[in-house]
Amino acid sequence: MELIIKNGTVYDPVKGINGDKTDISIRDGKIVDKVSGKATVIDAAGRLVMAGGVDAHSHIAGAKVNVGRIMRPEDTRSGIKPRTKITRPFTGYTVPNVYAMGYRYAQMGYTTVFEAAQAIMKARHTHEELEEIPIIDKGALTLFGSNWPTMDFVREKDMDKLAAYVAWGLLASRGFGVKCVNPGGGEMWGFGKNVNGLDDVVPNFDVTPKEIIVSLMKANEMLGLPHSLHLHCNNLGKPGNYKTTIASMELANQVKASKDRQVMHVTHLTFNSWGGTNWGDFESKADEVANYLNNNDNVTGDMGQLIWGSATTMTADGPVQYANAKLLHAKWGNGDVELEDASGVVPIYYVKQISVHAIMWAIGLELALLTKDPYKMLLTTDHPNGGPFVNYPEVIALLMSNKKRQEEIKTLHEAVHARTKIPEIERELDFGEIAIMTRAGTAKVLGLLDTKGHLGVGADADISIYDIKPDQIDPSVEHAKIKSAFSSAAYVIKGGQVVVKDGQITATPPGRTYWVDASVPRQHTNEMMKDIVKKFKNYYSMQLANYMVQDEYVTHAQVVKAGAIPVEVN
Amino acid sequence: MTVITDALCPFCGCLCDDLTIVVEDNKITDVKQACKLGTAKIMGHHRIKAPMMRKDKNSEFTEVSYEEAINEAAKILSNSKRPLLYGWASSVCEAHKKGILLAEELGAIIDNTATVCHAPSTLAVHEKGLPSATLGQIKNRADVIVFWGSNPVHAHPRHMGRYSVFAKGLFTEKGRKGRKVIVVDVRKTETANMADEFVQVQQGSDYLVVSALRSILSGHADVVPDTVGGVPKEQLIKIVEVLKTAKFVSIFFGMGLTQSKSMYKNIDNAISLTFELNSFTKCVITPMRGHYNVTGFGQVCAWETGYATAVDFARGAPYYNPGETAANDVLLRKETDAAMIIAGDAGAHFPADSVRHLARIPVVQIDPYWNPTTEVSNVVIPVAICGVEVAGTAYRMDGVSLRMRKMVEPAHPPDTEILEKITERVRELRGE
Repeated sequence: MELIIKNGTVYDPVKGINGDKTDISIRDGKIVDKVSGKATVIDAAGRLVMAGGVDAHSHIAGAKVNVGRIMRPEDTRSGIKPRTKITRPFTGYTVPNVYAMGYRYAQMGYTTVFEAAQAIMKARHTHEELEEIPIIDKGALTLFGSNWPTMDFVREKDMDKLAAYVAWGLLASRGFGVKCVNPGGGEMWGFGKNVNGLDDVVPNFDVTPKEIIVSLMKANEMLGLPHSLHLHCNNLGKPGNYKTTIASMELANQVKASKDRQVMHVTHLTFNSWGGTNWGDFESKADEVANYLNNNDNVTGDMGQLIWGSATTMTADGPVQYANAKLLHAKWGNGDVELEDASGVVPIYYVKQISVHAIMWAIGLELALLTKDPYKMLLTTDHPNGGPFVNYPEVIALLMSNKKRQEEIKTLHEAVHARTKIPEIERELDFGEIAIMTRAGTAKVLGLLDTKGHLGVGADADISIYDIKPDQIDPSVEHAKIKSAFSSAAYVIKGGQVVVKDGQITATPPGRTYWVDASVPRQHTNEMMKDIVKKFKNYYSMQLANYMVQDEYVTHAQVVKAGAIPVEVN
Repeated sequence: MTVITDALCPFCGCLCDDLTIVVEDNKITDVKQACKLGTAKIMGHHRIKAPMMRKDKNSEFTEVSYEEAINEAAKILSNSKRPLLYGWASSVCEAHKKGILLAEELGAIIDNTATVCHAPSTLAVHEKGLPSATLGQIKNRADVIVFWGSNPVHAHPRHMGRYSVFAKGLFTEKGRKGRKVIVVDVRKTETANMADEFVQVQQGSDYLVVSALRSILSGHADVVPDTVGGVPKEQLIKIVEVLKTAKFVSIFFGMGLTQSKSMYKNIDNAISLTFELNSFTKCVITPMRGHYNVTGFGQVCAWETGYATAVDFARGAPYYNPGETAANDVLLRKETDAAMIIAGDAGAHFPADSVRHLARIPVVQIDPYWNPTTEVSNVVIPVAICGVEVAGTAYRMDGVSLRMRKMVEPAHPPDTEILEKITERVRELRGE
């Protein structure tokens, strides 16, 4: 099947295309250099054309998302749409059902999304949901930061075993990358405690968060994984945590990247760039964090932008969620996973007149506007922690229009003036920079730039066309139009198939699931497995034979091969 | 002879996954490690042999072909204005997905057996959340275990050995010796006989007892009367001390709490107690789910519809309001004009008035076994047993999903296939 998009105004930063009129040819789901005269023509008529959006951090599937749904029928009630001939029902706002997850991302022009955290033991559940999310390609990052085998191998300084465990854990969970949440804190939460800094010692395991982070980075690079370590820093949610964040980023200097990308991705920095010592003197330190990123090339971050109104916080950071639930007097879901990690789910409502919330809103925007290189600061809301992903168009409009920001600032708690820099920042991002923060940059950070995030020959034919004529619009003034156009794409093409037209779903093909198969020398795996077998014999509540995610749960797999060292084949 | 190791048990919410099954000539001849209940189910009994239909509820069943039975089932459902699809607990998640799709297409109500079991727990979760943990976390860490209104010796026989009272783990090397066990119940059950502390509550007074514990915990022992719900104040104070000073408390609750007076408010209160105990120690709370995959239906239903149970598709979109949309709500209001009962036994477990209404309306049963629901059915479609004859997914009581194995070849089709065929036939009948 052939398709050609004509007369589009194309933004493809990877290829250096910045608003040129270029035709895009598509055959068999890929972008090609030309097609025959029989190709179906889509006339973009001067409208904005970009690669399909790529999201590197969003909570779209798995145990904690479902806990959110079960806890929050009041959320499910919002955003309900009945079934149609093409679509299953849509439900929910912060915790949509699986169908709305896929449909709504597609409607915004997003075609690839990564779930940000799954425990290996609960990965089967994650994949059950991923299987049912229509249209988009997806994958899931696997938690390693408080796993007993991780901490044992870190303490023993046995990098071969650690790398073998990471490779095996990715296989067991059909995971795409290494996620590390509040390293050591998940174990501490097992007895209701937490670590308070990078050098705290985790009792019984005798390792520090710093050692865990550095070792996992090293293992990640030994395996040559497509993505880097994906870090949720210690002390998240505590005033003054920017120091821990920057100290964590500095650890990246200890490890050399195996690929042309960062060695550490620090996620949802809105929650990690906090100054002050308590809620009273709470202030933004986004400038310090952005400054660090501006002066270092081995770390990337994402915003985790806050959105007004309802959100559902969900994270493997168990202790922070108990603290949130106490602070907010909110309902509290907790989900410790034996030998692996913790997790918590707490609803929140972000209010313009609460000083801390107003400052957090500013932090996300400051991070994006003060970080010079958009490849280093991806656009996320840490869905649904900062707010639901359907608000990305609002974030895009805020980044493209100082006028919109100033109008918004007028409605916020006055603390936003004294304790953030947002009122003085005049920078307005252009379409090329937005394309980086939502496509090229996310694909690069994930290590998927060969087929995702751009429109070059060989890329997946994932393309979005928005009803904006870039040469005829002033985003600074017409920000409402920007928001509306990014909310509801004129066309979305996924794998060469038109899935959205005029904002409506037209087809619901299944997306693919990316996971990484990293090879390690057989003897390393054998040695490592001796420890794993003992863990199952003595500590796990299930059998090793029933632990791994079976093929039945990944029916449209896209396997990415990794592994630095050639090894014998089974 | 084939030996299947690490097999899963399709009986209770413990979902034990360490069974050894011996198969000879496609017959299971031995089941090792399973409890009596699990063994009995796996060894098999009283199957419905062939599809059956009857003209009315007073006539005898006659055997028919699967095609005829499926056609009749589809007719009943597509002619219905207010169909109910109920059951699901003894089936795998793959069947739940097909069932929810059918409910969507029919505009039906779909509900599961939790409605007479742990649905009140779900209501409490809406109010307070659920601070919980996987069972292995409890096995490795818990030094105080509380069973409230549940009797695992009889209902979940291997729970105490595998996950709680006797289980040994990294921080619980001594097993039973290192643990305090508290049992709260209205009668001295066999589980209570094994407890360090038995708290005998007067029938229907659980809410009061939880409230008294919370008062003492928050430093207000002075407002607590000398006895609460039949429990002496000194015992309550002693228990609070045990809970507060524990390293890790795990509360398990059963239908003694969910289905007694105050129902979901009991759970709401117990979750609040759990929440508050976390200011002193670590504390988690877990429902003792009955059927092996009743948890799975709630999970699938939540990710597909946003709601865990009692979903009404009459409007084309999911609508949820227990009290209005649960199975017994629509049966007691005589709103339901046809029902499909699958992998659950409404005939045995529903209130008499609900069963009376079922006896008046056309009923389709899909189940491996002859049971009281069969007696009120018009069409009966026998299926293979999930987890014995069919592989598939189930969720343990703590929300951990596991893959059930197929042990022997079935003589009957799986329920997923029957549901697919009914859905296809419904589409044909509606000209879609």
